Amino acid sequence: MPEPEQNRTLLVFRQPPYTSSLSRSGLDTALAAGAFEQPVTVLFLSEGVLQLLPEQHSSKSGKRNHGKVLASLPLYDIETLWVDSDSLSDFGYVIDDLPDGAKLADRGKVEEMLACHDHVVAF
Amino acid sequence: MKYSLLVLSAPDTGSGNLTAVRFAESLVARGHELYRVFFLDRGAATGLASAVIPQDEQNIGDLWTSLASKHGTELILCVASALRQGVLDETEATRYEQPAATMLPGFEIGGLGLLVEAMAESERLLTFGG
Repeated sequence: MPEPEQNRTLLVFRQPPYTSSLSRSGLDTALAAGAFEQPVTVLFLSEGVLQLLPEQHSSKSGKRNHGKVLASLPLYDIETLWVDSDSLSDFGYVIDDLPDGAKLADRGKVEEMLACHDHVVAF
Repeated sequence: MKYSLLVLSAPDTGSGNLTAVRFAESLVARGHELYRVFFLDRGAATGLASAVIPQDEQNIGDLWTSLASKHGTELILCVASALRQGVLDETEATRYEQPAATMLPGFEIGGLGLLVEAMAESERLLTFGG
């Protein structure tokens, strides 16, 4: 009997880092999905794109460094970090400001991602 | 249909948490399968037994507890979120040398793997809050 098709999940990150614990809970969910070999796609939208900015110095805020957690995603087989291109340009950044693995998604691509996954979970 | 719920809303903020428990009650009443409810981030405060709710307000924790006792619904609090907010079962209270357990009946503490499993097993996963 063939293996049943796996559910595909899209995780959408909309929160900036450090202002609430939700951004971290979302990343933890991505890591857990990777650890349990569940296929997930990650998309950074709206203020969520700020999670990807390099050189985050979090020690004075007493919080764990968000950028370091993000950098560990490839170890969990999450290689591509999709970034909503409109959100990124709203904040005046370009794709070269972001870490390796970040890839721009235009409006059409975002719509396609929302449509083609079995589950969409937004943080 | 097989459903799971992800609750991100705290019980004392907005109406997401109350909407979630009402939705859960309706699902079961209509004969759907509720595979699991997973409480993450601020949602994990739902399981806090030592929260004292004013008498003229709805005690949402009690609604969840009665859902679990009537229908055997699995209510899982993310362990990292629960500990951070002081929701401890007997095991965690002992492990972290805290004076008492503070978790409502009907809830269990578990890892994010249980959310990932719910994603894999359920036809629908609904998120409340966030």
